[in-house]
Amino acid sequence: MDASLFTSMLFATVVAGTPLIIVSLGLLVNEKAGVLNLGAEGMMAMGAVAAFAVTHHSGNPWLGVLAGMGAGMAVSLIFGLLTLTLQANQVASGLALAIFGVGLSAFIGKPFESIALPAVPPIRIPFIADLPLIGEALYNQQALVYLSWAMFWAVVWFLYRSRAGLILRAVGESPASAHAIGHPVILIRYLAVLFGGAMAGIGGAFLSVFYTPMWVEGMVAGRGWIALALVVFATWRPLRVLVGAYLFGGVMITQLFIQGSGMQIDFPAQFLSSLPYWATIIVLVVISRNVNTIRLNSPMSLGKPFRAEG
Amino acid sequence: MLRLEPRAEASRLMSYLSPVLATLLTLVAGIAVFSALGKDPVEGLRLFLVSPVKDLYGVSELLLKATPLMLCAIGLAVGFRANVWNIGAEGQFMLGTVGATGVALYFQESDSSLVLPAMVLAGAAAGAAWAAVPALLKTKFNANEILVSLMLVYVAQLFVSWLVFGPWKDPDGFNFPQTAMFADHALLPILIEGTRLHAGFLMALAALVAGYAFMNRSYTGFKMRVAGEAAEAARYAGFSANRMIWIGLLTGGAAAGIAGMSEVAGPMGQLTDKVSLGYGFAAIIVAFVGRLNPFGILLASLLMALLYIGGEQVQQYMNLPSSISLVFQGLLLFFLLGSDVFIHYRLRFGRVTA
Repeated sequence: MDASLFTSMLFATVVAGTPLIIVSLGLLVNEKAGVLNLGAEGMMAMGAVAAFAVTHHSGNPWLGVLAGMGAGMAVSLIFGLLTLTLQANQVASGLALAIFGVGLSAFIGKPFESIALPAVPPIRIPFIADLPLIGEALYNQQALVYLSWAMFWAVVWFLYRSRAGLILRAVGESPASAHAIGHPVILIRYLAVLFGGAMAGIGGAFLSVFYTPMWVEGMVAGRGWIALALVVFATWRPLRVLVGAYLFGGVMITQLFIQGSGMQIDFPAQFLSSLPYWATIIVLVVISRNVNTIRLNSPMSLGKPFRAEG
Repeated sequence: MLRLEPRAEASRLMSYLSPVLATLLTLVAGIAVFSALGKDPVEGLRLFLVSPVKDLYGVSELLLKATPLMLCAIGLAVGFRANVWNIGAEGQFMLGTVGATGVALYFQESDSSLVLPAMVLAGAAAGAAWAAVPALLKTKFNANEILVSLMLVYVAQLFVSWLVFGPWKDPDGFNFPQTAMFADHALLPILIEGTRLHAGFLMALAALVAGYAFMNRSYTGFKMRVAGEAAEAARYAGFSANRMIWIGLLTGGAAAGIAGMSEVAGPMGQLTDKVSLGYGFAAIIVAFVGRLNPFGILLASLLMALLYIGGEQVQQYMNLPSSISLVFQGLLLFFLLGSDVFIHYRLRFGRVTA
């Protein structure tokens, strides 16, 4: 492999992994508080369409990202209301959110189909972008790529170094005890759900404003579900989320590069396109086969409703 | 102050009223949505609720749309009752279309009356085989069946796309991504002259009856219900959890596969890359709104079919995207899940007085 090919593949892998990092980090915090929100696909779709619409009208991609974030939070609030206030089943409510978000985004996005946004130029970091091989790939990137790294450190610091993060994890491990010592379990879970929604919305905004600057119905293409699988794959640890997201990015990019290279291989494009989905299944199998890995690492109260008595 | 107070016992009445309440709330939301879009809400509701069923043809189209929903939903209900979360009916549906199309194309020249039954079997087998993947990975490796069955939806979509763009493309089809039209003996017979309603509808009704017999009258069905409602009790009684997973997923897959068969051998008459309108996902809503109960599923599938057709109507007459029906379908499920709170809780005014 020659050097420029390596650089461009690394560049593309980082870009493809970025929305997964952002969304998975949000879901990770969400799940650390004991709430399983399967609606990531719907929140991303809403984020993507809202970001596209606002960027298209305002011409400012950052307003778009804010709008995407807001849209993700707005729909995650529906999920919170159902599961936290009304004690609805988390799995069913998450599915409902996934279906609703994808549907509503298709409805809102109809007038925006076949419009392209101007590409947002990358931000070049002086000096280190001149490093051979990796400089162009890592340090001449979209601002949201840098943001994803900042978010990674922020989440690590929050979960493991801050008092608030400790309380959030306590709520996820044992909501009854957290409640008994006076922590507002439901409020904390609401905040965690909103954070998950915000991050999923930003992830969606990255897709429609930066990655492929256009809106197509179904453009999230399962990334919300892959992000959920990534959290399991990462056994609820932020660093493994980061690594896993880039591995997935790599799988997505490799198949695109093979398809785009004109390499004469006798292998249908559709089979290559299905590789990321197979990869998701394979990592789930590998990580789940040891029951103890999951049991020891997943937040104890994940998916279970909590209601303060009395 | 309003507050929720737990009921001593789950309310049976509320569990039946909740879907009705959810439907009414969806209607109210519909009025709000149409008003917000600057459209006449009365006209909108008329297009959604009245005009699809204003004549016999309309009713036949409603039953036609409800057919795949009923089939997918009754299969899903079997699994959902045992807490087996098969979310991939959409993919199993597509594999069903592939299995049935394979048989139809292979016997294109034959005029045997066995072709149709073979297509049903092939569709069911292909759908069940697709569902066997999450079942195997769940029982052997404990892999989450929600995520696995969902990933396989995307794979199935790409597989269908490869077939209709590649080996199965109709050579006389002007390069459209579709197979040749099926021969007459590979098409399901029409039930009412002048409509598109086909024998698949009867298969769906039969599936509802079979589902009732299995879930409410058989010992295995009883065991699955126990597993769903009280997992500990089921384990204590020695019911095999793995067996429930296999039964739940294979039933769901086979039923979705038959639904796929009835689409290609019914209204479509061929396989295209747009073979499903999201029936597999909509069926999840149907199963929940129908309370995982065959009769409820019958009603819920008619309601959802109405939403599908209503969406096409408002697209045609109000110039709104037909995806508005997806919005209403999602709202319906939200409202249902919200209304379900009253099964276990009651609303009380005033402060806690204990």
